[in-house]
Amino acid sequence: MSKTHLELPSSLIEIEIDGSVVTAPKGSTILEACRGAGAEQPTLCYLENLTPVNTCRVCVVEVVGSRALVPACSRPIEPNMEISTDSERVRHSRRMVFDLLESSVDLSLVDDSTRSWMERYRIDSPSDDDSTEPSGERVDRVKSYHVSHPVLPATVAQPVKIEDDLYIRDYAKCILCYKCVEACGPDAQNTFAIAVGGRGFESRITTEFDVVLPDSACVYCGNCIGVCPTGALMFKSEFDLRAAGRWDESSQTVTTTVCSYCGVGCNLELTVQDNEIVKVTSPLDHDVTSGHLCIKGRFGYQHVQNR
Amino acid sequence: MFGAGGGTSSYEEIETTDLIVLWGSNAREAHPIFFHHLARGMRNGAKMYTIDPRRTTSAEWADTWLGIDVGSDIALSNAVAREIIVSGFANDGFIAHSTSGFDAYAASVDEWTLERAEQVTGVPGTAIKELAHDYALADTAQLCWTLGITEHHNATDNVLALINLALLTGHVGRYGSGLVPLRGQNNVQGGGDMGALPNKLPGFQDLEDDELRGKFEATWGVDIPDKSGLHLSLMFEAMECGDIKALYVIGENPAQSEADVSRTRRILDGLDFLVVQDIFLTKTAEMADVVLPASASWAETEGTVTSSERRVQRVRKALDPPGSARDDIDILSDIARRLGHNWAPQTPEEAWDELRSLSPMHGGMSYRRLEDHGGLQWPCPDEDHPGTQFLHGWLWENPLPRDPVPFFPVEWVPPVDELSDHYPIRLTTGRRLDSYNTGVQSGGYRSPIRDTGALELAPEEGTKLGLEEGERARVSSRRGSIDVPVLFNKNLRPGLAFMTLHFPDDVDVNVLTIDAWDPKSGTAEFKATAVRVDKI
Repeated sequence: MSKTHLELPSSLIEIEIDGSVVTAPKGSTILEACRGAGAEQPTLCYLENLTPVNTCRVCVVEVVGSRALVPACSRPIEPNMEISTDSERVRHSRRMVFDLLESSVDLSLVDDSTRSWMERYRIDSPSDDDSTEPSGERVDRVKSYHVSHPVLPATVAQPVKIEDDLYIRDYAKCILCYKCVEACGPDAQNTFAIAVGGRGFESRITTEFDVVLPDSACVYCGNCIGVCPTGALMFKSEFDLRAAGRWDESSQTVTTTVCSYCGVGCNLELTVQDNEIVKVTSPLDHDVTSGHLCIKGRFGYQHVQNR
Repeated sequence: MFGAGGGTSSYEEIETTDLIVLWGSNAREAHPIFFHHLARGMRNGAKMYTIDPRRTTSAEWADTWLGIDVGSDIALSNAVAREIIVSGFANDGFIAHSTSGFDAYAASVDEWTLERAEQVTGVPGTAIKELAHDYALADTAQLCWTLGITEHHNATDNVLALINLALLTGHVGRYGSGLVPLRGQNNVQGGGDMGALPNKLPGFQDLEDDELRGKFEATWGVDIPDKSGLHLSLMFEAMECGDIKALYVIGENPAQSEADVSRTRRILDGLDFLVVQDIFLTKTAEMADVVLPASASWAETEGTVTSSERRVQRVRKALDPPGSARDDIDILSDIARRLGHNWAPQTPEEAWDELRSLSPMHGGMSYRRLEDHGGLQWPCPDEDHPGTQFLHGWLWENPLPRDPVPFFPVEWVPPVDELSDHYPIRLTTGRRLDSYNTGVQSGGYRSPIRDTGALELAPEEGTKLGLEEGERARVSSRRGSIDVPVLFNKNLRPGLAFMTLHFPDDVDVNVLTIDAWDPKSGTAEFKATAVRVDKI
């Protein structure tokens, strides 16, 4: 049977979002329909170039007729669906997700959009604002669950892993959203160097047998860094600048160009500060890369600044 | 191919094709992001064959790996063709409608029975048969290759052998079916597009065609020599016999990258005058009379490059170049002025617009459109044209709008550097994931997965030679010897050795390689060297 790249024109479906009737192509997710209608939603574990895994629950919406809240990122729309993105129940649930994450993980480096959602829901119910606890107490409490398991759960404060010159892993910032696992695995790189290991409180992103990264199957494409929403995975160059107090986004420029290595033609976004490349990403909507690069494209820029 | 020097397909086609053949390509390491598309194709159900002397990281992905002996590609492709023909699986309708010379081709492959091919290639006849049947019977198939096909003394014949297979089966000129030479450098396609070939003007227009050349002469106001120039290998021959006395090298490092590099260095040393324009003081630049420091063309200047899917994309300036380094266009224009030509200063966009006015296949690619579309694939003749996703769709038009495409029968000729009792091991070279060419660029960053150059041997071969892993051994070819550490690699067979080309300062592999080259393309036979390995 011959395949063809031309699809039939998508039929449009009528749905209701927060009381307004909108149309969206059949097969869209609720999130895509919302975005198409200008109703942006918060996300953490979702990214356009990855398969939705529904772990973070921060994009949940209320659908009439559905007992539970549904994740907008993965639920396809159906005709005449009535969706509420800002009901009391939705706000409460989203706020709880952010609260629980923030109580166990350092969320200081989430992007501006996520930050503004967090603030929005906190303002939404200010009476609970005093619920945060000092981190030391948390660690102690968690330890008490693990008398026979001395391994600290990966979701609490722990040393930053610096194992090479290219990137760092700071799992005190990890929310276990699985994005890095997907990018390392079937959604892009297909290397499968990392996975979620352990159960319950001990769940953590880890390499095979928990070996250091240079000894693992990792090929240093950095696609895990490219998708990390919390700064848990970071360019060493960015980490060092932040540690020195010199990371300054206001003075940075981002320029899109083409990689200087093989002939595939991957677009690179060069983040430059003080005439130095400090980070390399690729546009999510670029047909060639879908936002993913290899080690040379992501880290092989240093030759132009060995001046 | 068929008059246009570019791959026929787009990357997205490999995501939905039925059959993928990687022939002499380790795309997993050499073209990693193309391999993302390929892996998507496999997840969508495509079957994959890899044909490679080494069991590479790409071969680990394949449904079937054909571990071919180095330099026997034409024997294999001719046997595949014969098997397709005798099984009655040739695409007779396509052959009759769109091709010529089939009978002579069929006669030329008739001696290549599965048995004979098995003897010559080392690939079991059953595997050859399976490949032939799968390729012929697939609805769509992508046949991809890289330097394993082209770095041979008969590079062009190797490519023609693969094109013949596509013509035999009709796997060209349709969405999902095509011929895909993966380009090794970010703008090697663009260099050809721009006429950096001895017989072409920009847009693959024949230099020796008076009308086409006249168009350029009228625009540039100068006479252009009316005979084709020399390709790289002929240039070195001309330098060797004194016909060329001065050389201007831009962004290339022949003192480390050429085959039989001792000869290359001797020739460069004998020049009256050597100019090198580069972003670094390379080994070649160290030999130069004049060095012109250039800006890095991917991050310190504006312009365009062309990818393996014929996509022209913008490069942009993100950094100020260091010191006195200057844009290539500025340097060349300044030199032209010193030579007495009145070249007006040109921005990269102005130079590009001039090119568009002279090269029909680039006509519609304004900077504005390249921005808006995220690059455009040639040919793109005018500003209403969307660019061309796959080439040669005309082969399927009725009536055929051009002359049918001829089959080119090709003969198998073994590698020039023959194995003998004294040189019993076949050395082949290639790339690693984290490194690139002679390391001028990739040597600049600290890769956690980099090895620093070794001779890779099958463990049983190393043991037979009395070597231990990590021990330095002497590798010798008919041209020279080098001492290198030995690494055991169970993905190699006895009789086959592998080295990378990335660390010439430590491991000068091209002292060993042979400069036998393809008379049609000028490419040297980097992939097939006869060596011996001795304990020191």
